Amino acid sequence: MIRGFGDIYRTLFALELSVMFQYRAAVVIWLLGLVLQPVILMIVWLTVAESKGGAVGDFDAGEIAAYFIAVMLVNHVTFTWHMYEMGWRVRSGFFNSILVQPLHPWHRDVLQNVAYKVLSLGVMLPVAALLAWYFEPTLDPPLWAVLAFFPALILAFLARFFLEWAVALLAFWITDTSGLNELYVAFVVVLTGSMAPLSFMPELLQTLSTWTPFPWMVSFPVELLLSRLTLDEALHGFVMQGLWIVVGFGVVQLAWRRAVSRYSAVGA
Amino acid sequence: MNALRLLAIFFRLGAMNEVQYRVNFWIHLLRSTMELGFALFAVLIIFRHTTHLNGWQPVEMVVLMGVWTLMSGLIGVTVQPSMEKLIEDVREGTLDFTLTKPEESQLLVSISQVRVWRLVDVVLGSMTIVGALWWMERATGGREILGFAMTLAAGSVILYSFWLMLSTMSFWFVRIQNILMIFHSVYDAARWPVTIYPTWMQAILTFIVPVAFAVTVPAGALVGRLSMQWVVGAPALAAVLLVASRRFWRIGLRHYSGASA
Repeated sequence: MIRGFGDIYRTLFALELSVMFQYRAAVVIWLLGLVLQPVILMIVWLTVAESKGGAVGDFDAGEIAAYFIAVMLVNHVTFTWHMYEMGWRVRSGFFNSILVQPLHPWHRDVLQNVAYKVLSLGVMLPVAALLAWYFEPTLDPPLWAVLAFFPALILAFLARFFLEWAVALLAFWITDTSGLNELYVAFVVVLTGSMAPLSFMPELLQTLSTWTPFPWMVSFPVELLLSRLTLDEALHGFVMQGLWIVVGFGVVQLAWRRAVSRYSAVGA
Repeated sequence: MNALRLLAIFFRLGAMNEVQYRVNFWIHLLRSTMELGFALFAVLIIFRHTTHLNGWQPVEMVVLMGVWTLMSGLIGVTVQPSMEKLIEDVREGTLDFTLTKPEESQLLVSISQVRVWRLVDVVLGSMTIVGALWWMERATGGREILGFAMTLAAGSVILYSFWLMLSTMSFWFVRIQNILMIFHSVYDAARWPVTIYPTWMQAILTFIVPVAFAVTVPAGALVGRLSMQWVVGAPALAAVLLVASRRFWRIGLRHYSGASA
């Protein structure tokens, strides 16, 4: 008997959550990189601001602090790790056990992702509060920006998830994807605005970035929360997010069919 | 002498293993170039907005990035992979095979793995440093070069002792691989001069995870922005840590019971 999607999702989510809970120490250690990187970059840019009398471009010290704390949180919600896992799944033959399940594997990966984040948010939020206390960010968004932030965050997650899942599928064609993943991460760090607000980048790079899916995955929700966007810019951002979700989902569906037909089970 | 002979043997073994996969050389070259390029890009973006970072001029920052790459290569050739292997061996009980060999066990576990392609980082890092110094207008004197050589050697010893102590902890806490992640995250902080960080972070980066000695101090010595006490202090700390880590290794070894049986 085929049960509803709701039931399947509930059961799988409980399962993934209990798996994650077993590795709670690892969950916390994983967070370290996610916390350290934005904090290091925040300090670098605060140092730059200090050398210039308190501001870089259109950001003063308090806004730099707010920007990177927000980047940390948005990155935490939107990041995925399936690129690193897919290669192993293919090489080890672990995919066999995924393929026999009567559900497209991305469903389960979404749930695993959400389970990890629900669990680790318990650490992430206190860390953010501590950073906010120490670095004194200035953050005073109007109500509409706060209300728009949460849907933007969810759309950013979906856009990034499908795009990175599509990138992960390259593991079916390329045996060692670690170099490729590194290249991808370099692009992500620069073009999502994780290294610096995009307005610090050269003009050409800023223009180019708007044609990629990256700014909509991190920079857009962050700038929305910092109320640096006009209503028009915000609406444009939502449209772009929607567009990239459709593109990402389409690529996943198309590539998946070809990937599975290429897959020859290894490891029995 | 014996240590050098063993190192040469393991090196040859590692090289022979790796030349089977010659494509890996190109992949590694590409990745290292990419990573260095990315670091230099970050420096470029920062100096679009300022003339110095906490006193460090652009060229000096390039030297620092070069030292970072050089040091990760130096540690990555043998110490880091060997220590990762040690942690795995303790967990699986396969350390037995090492302990029954008629050589010093600390030496064996420290050089058991050799990743020759990591020498690419050593070469790329050195090229970056030489290039930056050549580009820098003021001449680098013998004093700076001597200070650099001393602090670089001290930095490598400090990192080695740190890795050994970390890995030795696996005799008590078997599941320790995740701790390696901590090191990788913290080593990223050393891409920037440690003086930019708040005091408490500087203390962590200097004495708890001593990456400051590995990168900022040698780079500072080379560009002549380091006082004498650091140039003398780094080798002294290195000596202390080397002795302490050896003691700790001995104590840890006594706790090893061989899980394989």
